[in-house]
Amino acid sequence: MTAPSTILPLEVTDLVYEIDGKRLLHDISFRLSIGSRTVLLGPNGAGKSLTLRLCHGLLTPTMGAIRWGSQISDGKMSGEPAGALARAQRHQAMVFQRPVLLRRSARGNVEHALKLRRVARAQRRARADLALAQTGLAALGDQPARTLSGGEQQRLALARAWATSPQVLFLDEPTANLDPAATRAVETLIDGFHAAGTKIVMTTHDLGQAQRIADEILFLHNGRLLEQTPADQFFTAPQTRAAQAFIKGELLW
Amino acid sequence: MGEFGQALMNAATLIVSFDGDFLGIVGLSLRVSLSAVLIACIIGFPLGALLALSRFPGRGAAVAVLNALMGLPPVVVGLIVFLLLSRAGPFGVLGLLFTPTAMIIAQTILVTPIIAALTRQTVTDLWAEYGEQLRSLGATRADTIATLLWDGRFSLTTIVLAGFGRAIAEVGAVMIVGGNIDNVTRVMTTAIALETSKGDLEMALGLGIVLLVLALAVNGVSQAIAAGASRASQQAVRA
Amino acid sequence: MVAPRRQLGWLVFLAVFALATPAPPAYGERALILATTTSVDNSGLLDHLRPQLAAQTGLEVHVVVRGTGAALRLGVSGDADVVFVHDRAAEDAFMAAGHGVLRRDVMTSDFLIVGPRSDPANIAQLTGPTGAAPALRRIAETETLFVSRGDSSGTHNAELALWRSAGIDPRALAGSWYRETGSGMGATLNIAAALDAHLLTESGTWTKFANRGALTVLVANALANPYGVMLVNPARHPHIPEADARKFIDWLTGADAQRAIDEFTIDGQHPFRSAAAASP
Repeated sequence: MTAPSTILPLEVTDLVYEIDGKRLLHDISFRLSIGSRTVLLGPNGAGKSLTLRLCHGLLTPTMGAIRWGSQISDGKMSGEPAGALARAQRHQAMVFQRPVLLRRSARGNVEHALKLRRVARAQRRARADLALAQTGLAALGDQPARTLSGGEQQRLALARAWATSPQVLFLDEPTANLDPAATRAVETLIDGFHAAGTKIVMTTHDLGQAQRIADEILFLHNGRLLEQTPADQFFTAPQTRAAQAFIKGELLW
Repeated sequence: MGEFGQALMNAATLIVSFDGDFLGIVGLSLRVSLSAVLIACIIGFPLGALLALSRFPGRGAAVAVLNALMGLPPVVVGLIVFLLLSRAGPFGVLGLLFTPTAMIIAQTILVTPIIAALTRQTVTDLWAEYGEQLRSLGATRADTIATLLWDGRFSLTTIVLAGFGRAIAEVGAVMIVGGNIDNVTRVMTTAIALETSKGDLEMALGLGIVLLVLALAVNGVSQAIAAGASRASQQAVRA
Repeated sequence: MVAPRRQLGWLVFLAVFALATPAPPAYGERALILATTTSVDNSGLLDHLRPQLAAQTGLEVHVVVRGTGAALRLGVSGDADVVFVHDRAAEDAFMAAGHGVLRRDVMTSDFLIVGPRSDPANIAQLTGPTGAAPALRRIAETETLFVSRGDSSGTHNAELALWRSAGIDPRALAGSWYRETGSGMGATLNIAAALDAHLLTESGTWTKFANRGALTVLVANALANPYGVMLVNPARHPHIPEADARKFIDWLTGADAQRAIDEFTIDGQHPFRSAAAASP
């Protein structure tokens, strides 16, 4: 919110990720720009969540580079890579498939996130209440977070993300566990983030959701990035046979 | 059953009589064991959490050692502390042997591994659940420890009680380093040992019953605290 | 938020107790530490003497109770200031090694052979110092149960001396009738009562001991049991409050305390005879 410059674009080059010698991601390269909503699409096990976590800095690449803000001129983003990643991460937030909420009130959860972001104590309450209001949880602020319904919990996770004013919001299958109504509510909030200028990077295996949200599709399959295409083009004229099969619902492995 | 009946009578008499010596023994027992548990928590909570969150060479061995230390025989701890605090030992000049302080030191050594090892387990489990979220929020190591300890507070309450149980019930260590000096270092367990050695088994058992009541009371108080807090924020997992 | 405040209350509760713990007494104004044996403490003799001690000397004495062997070790390490025990040979060795600088006789009690009322070894008609050795021989011959302290205490050493005078090494004899408890007098008495076994004990502890079961005195006055008091060497342990220690020893061996020892009774019996009374 106060950052004068943006951490975008994100430049990912020849990304490889291995666990115990097993290669899960193969030479993935892409570039994410400011403004658009990017959806990582693909069947289960395609490597969508891994890619998201690598971009967010939760995992360390086996090989390849993840570079934020290569165009930033003030030089703050250059220099030692780990430090640059950490600085970039301060302007990101992530919402997980299963919301991880602390054993505190709903407001306490948001305030805790602000505290971790070193927001002054005096400002936390107001910013938390604003975030709760934005996500329709104003009435539930004092309720223990873990007694909220599944949909409310996920909205609280979004409120927590919103409160920290991220430039980039990662969402990992945020509605996979939700009923249609709760899913709609979450998608509406995502639109709100987008309207406020936050870069949306989201994974889903739900074609319909991808069509509703995406400006741009990254299609992954078996740990490889097969397409990076504008959404309307992807859904009308997918370039690869794997993507064609996926769109037709002929699930592939 | 005559002995048990007599023991129950003795216990009841002791409790209702408010005998000064007896209350002194009960008070010292509580003071020594609660102090030891408090110090053990101050050391054991961060230590256990740090061990759960750190990755360093030899960490597995450190965890194994910590777990093994939970089974430290009180007599061995008593002996080690005795030798350290003895006038002939390295800390003899402090003149702490046969004082309540020596008893607190011994019990702290007994209880700290229990607190630290069980805290490590609790924090490890919580970290598996919270780790990615906290890292995503940019939590530092200190932030993480504070957050996980606070969120594990209900489990930690039980851990504290386990440590308190060990401290209040042990006799081997406090007997050796305290000396069971009347009005100075005599606690419930050493008093029980003394009455047993006098052959006054009914009085020994009576004191034992009082000790049990005491442990129950401490557990009851902390459970009431935990229950109140727990009702307010016990999780209702909804998938 | 209700929960954190309650948790805080629990912590405060703990902290108050922790802070209430008294600081260790400062150097130079500490109480005298007396290491003595179970027979002196368990008999109630010290409780009997304590009011006079306080009134006449103003000394505060902390009593640590151990077997004679362990009590002497507290003297060697300087953890006790005064040692009050009953094993003349060990006391002499303690003095000869320079661990103590002053030794005085205090009092004498009796060792007794205690056993089951049914008297399976048939030793009840034996009595006095001349009866001890034959009694032990009969116990060994009939292989009736005998429990020994086995803890290098004064009583244990006295028992071993009696076996030697009987010409028997019980540990060398095959058989499970001789058992070492490795415990204090009280614990060993409890074991003997549970097993209906013989043992050597001492009149002070025995007279006060409550859990006798079927045990009774079979051989009285089996051996005299003299007690001595010693001042631990202040040259080796400068922290010892020598003046207080000497004051205590003078008082214990002085006329008033000696009279009090002779006046001490348990159930009408006088378990201890003062050294003053023994040497007119």
